[in-house]
Amino acid sequence: MSKGLPETRTDAAMSELVPEPRPKPAVPMKPVSINSNLLGYIGIDTIIEQMRKKTMKTGFDFNIMVVGQSGLGKSTLVNTLFKSQVSRKASSWNREEKIPKTVEIKAIGHVIEEGGVKMKLTVIDTPGFGDQINNENCWEPIEKYINEQYEKFLKEEVNIARKKRIPDTRVHCCLYFISPTGHSLRPLDLEFMKHLSKVVNIIPVIAKADTMTLEEKSEFKQRVRKELEVNGIEFYPQKEFDEDLEDKTENDKIRQESMPFAVVGSDKEYQVNGKRVLGRKTPWGIIEVENLNHCEFALLRDFVIRTHLQDLKEVTHNIHYETYRAKRLNDNGGLPPGEGLLGTVLPPVPATPCPTAE
Amino acid sequence: MDKEYVGFAALPNQLHRKSVKKGFDFTLMVAGESGLGKSTLINSLFLTNLYEDRQVPEASARLTQTLTIERQGVEIEEGGIKVKLTLVDTPGFGDSVDCSDCWLPVVRFIEEQFEQYLRDESGLNRKNIQDTRVHCCLYFISPFGRGLRPLDVAFLRAVHEKVNIIPVIGKADALMPKETQALKQKIRDQLREEEINIYQFPDCDSDEDEDFKRQDAEMKESIPFAVVGSCEVVRDDGPRPVRGRRYSWGTVEVENPHHCDFLNLRRMLVQTHLQDLKEVTHDLLYEGYRARCLQSLARPGARDRASRSKLSRQSATEIPLPMLPLAETEKLIREKDEELRRMQEMLEKMQAQMQQNQAQGEQSDAL
Repeated sequence: MSKGLPETRTDAAMSELVPEPRPKPAVPMKPVSINSNLLGYIGIDTIIEQMRKKTMKTGFDFNIMVVGQSGLGKSTLVNTLFKSQVSRKASSWNREEKIPKTVEIKAIGHVIEEGGVKMKLTVIDTPGFGDQINNENCWEPIEKYINEQYEKFLKEEVNIARKKRIPDTRVHCCLYFISPTGHSLRPLDLEFMKHLSKVVNIIPVIAKADTMTLEEKSEFKQRVRKELEVNGIEFYPQKEFDEDLEDKTENDKIRQESMPFAVVGSDKEYQVNGKRVLGRKTPWGIIEVENLNHCEFALLRDFVIRTHLQDLKEVTHNIHYETYRAKRLNDNGGLPPGEGLLGTVLPPVPATPCPTAE
Repeated sequence: MDKEYVGFAALPNQLHRKSVKKGFDFTLMVAGESGLGKSTLINSLFLTNLYEDRQVPEASARLTQTLTIERQGVEIEEGGIKVKLTLVDTPGFGDSVDCSDCWLPVVRFIEEQFEQYLRDESGLNRKNIQDTRVHCCLYFISPFGRGLRPLDVAFLRAVHEKVNIIPVIGKADALMPKETQALKQKIRDQLREEEINIYQFPDCDSDEDEDFKRQDAEMKESIPFAVVGSCEVVRDDGPRPVRGRRYSWGTVEVENPHHCDFLNLRRMLVQTHLQDLKEVTHDLLYEGYRARCLQSLARPGARDRASRSKLSRQSATEIPLPMLPLAETEKLIREKDEELRRMQEMLEKMQAQMQQNQAQGEQSDAL
């Protein structure tokens, strides 16, 4: 970690092994043998098991936002990711909903359980984004929503009588859907990611990737990566937050080769080689969603859910939220917002200025 | 009944020979946001490589790009017939964050061609009029949306009375068959709701055989055409190499009617309706433009004084007026009015004649 403020907080967290009223994100302990002359087995390593048990009891929150033009398969993809109907619409194709005139924010919560672990999943949809003729500043309602969640959390934090477990509505992950044009990013994509990559973890995905051949896919991905780099846009996992060499090598591989993931989503099953698979059936073949030769859905799923779920939450809490908090405290003269000396409640921080590419 | 052989049945052959000598020109416009496979489709349709060296600018460059109109000419020869095809492209359409009024340059371009033709037609030397009018606009709709987007509707409404529109769904291999049907239906409904007039393929003659009529009906049902383009030949283990796109799960064949409507589009656009598109452009769209234009010229006194100044300012920018001296224009109008009246009289006479013949025929049948 490079920032001053977050560092002290996590250090404080690590030194206290007894869970506090406010649960710390479960930090996996890296095996460190400072003194290899342990005289016997103590049992410190059972802390992992204890933390696991606690997590299973309390469950955890995960909030994922989807952004992109209508028709790019956002709802279907989220439903496929979590293997249930968690997105705001039923997954039939013939949806008669009209495109809203302004960007709306619709959050739907579900509780999913797997292996005894309960997850309170909230999917935040953003219908209307990028669908109008004039899409100037259509990211503003989204930025406002994200900041409002930080503000909510902050208010809870600075309360004198704090809740045992502050409900976490902060957006942990924002999946940005890129249209598979095969050329390059669209100006709107750049604008959105420039404004929001400093506020939330953005994971860009190439939607409906079954329209690109293998060569087209890899060329497109290369061009997108280059464009993002040239414009100084850091998508998750951000380079500056790699904790150690292990993280760095793992994330480098993902950043430079796999991302953005070219995905296909589906809620229909077909019979392929005697197995029932999720896919799309066309006259020229069946596209299997979980087949790595067909698309990278499995990579995205493993990345978001199986390996980096906790890290997404941590970066949101330790980095993005802290940045917001620091700004708020600064603006308020070092005092916590809400009930200040004058008893005035300040509004949340306005939209972050767009960082200019050097 | 003995009919004397006059010989004008050879007229079509004479026309054919003349047009072969003259050659044939056609202007086709392609419009739609970038990334929908427009260039690939054009190359597939006409087996050209017009867009080989194109460089699509990056997103940051396109942030402030305004729409440009690009024209490219290509001569295609087949079976002794020369076609001078002019392609009009609209790069930048629908790309920016703010696309308000981004269709205006396109509308302006179409009207400019009409204006040029009107000027040439009304001029003194009419031997070699170049017809640069846009005969057809292939409008590409995204397969990823839920039908027409607000931008599509705005563009189509702005141009539908000025050019023949053939709507096309690009990159149709993104869709499963049911999705394609649903999308086509949605687009047809929307076109109806928004009262957008697309090019109506004319009904085939009643004396065509059943097969042809059925084929024709099928083709009409498949509008908007869901197309896939490709200039690459895929050599699968199939019987022969096909033009298509090879995926890990199978190969889309461009010319397979079960895979996409490419053949339908090619047949209707190139093989059967090229001439009709030109005629509709001339007889309907151009005449409409011309009438509007000359009407506003011919009756300045009809407007009341209060709105005259406002209207004249408006007309200066909205309706492009040909720069002819007033006396000549009035003479022209009178001539054309005379012509119209004469044609109407002729029509009435012919109609009366037909009715007479029918009545006579019935009489003789009854006898």
